[in-house]
Amino acid sequence: MNRSDLINALKEKANLSRKDSEKIVDTFFQTITDTLASGERVEIRGFGSFTVKKYKPYTGRNPKTGVQIRVPAKKLPFFKVGKELKEMVDLEEDE
Amino acid sequence: MALTKADLVEAVMQTSGLTKAQCVDIVDSILSIVKDRLAAGEDVLISGFGKFQIQDKDARRGRNPATGSDLMLRPRKVVTFKYSGKLKKMVNGG
Repeated sequence: MNRSDLINALKEKANLSRKDSEKIVDTFFQTITDTLASGERVEIRGFGSFTVKKYKPYTGRNPKTGVQIRVPAKKLPFFKVGKELKEMVDLEEDE
Repeated sequence: MALTKADLVEAVMQTSGLTKAQCVDIVDSILSIVKDRLAAGEDVLISGFGKFQIQDKDARRGRNPATGSDLMLRPRKVVTFKYSGKLKKMVNGG
């Protein structure tokens, strides 16, 4: 499923116009993005939480050429899956 | 303070002009659509944001950390998230 499929599925499910559905899906992910960009976490119960991890700068090495490189400090987004979703994708089957 | 579902409902209200009850339904719908697809084993790719993927984990030998006894962990499916280049750029100040 991609963004466009999600917009269509929401349109059907919530009885929206294609334009409104698109605007809402964009708002949804833009709000999460803006929150993470401001350094804040996002917690959606039953789905999961998004956090930003901070990394210090370090001197690395290109494993192919052995050339040293300076890796600057960076931040990376992380997602931790929530309990309900975790259980939904991994139903324990009776054997 | 973390952003929660209530804040997402608020954001959807602002852009859509719909009622709060409608926006609660809409936010729940978005989440349940994504969850159902993942539960069906499908990846969900949101361009500009990231990709939720299902990964198959093999069975492996584990250990109960409390008792130290060996046990076999069954094969399982897990959700992983790979951020998009744009999201990475945004959290690093655009």
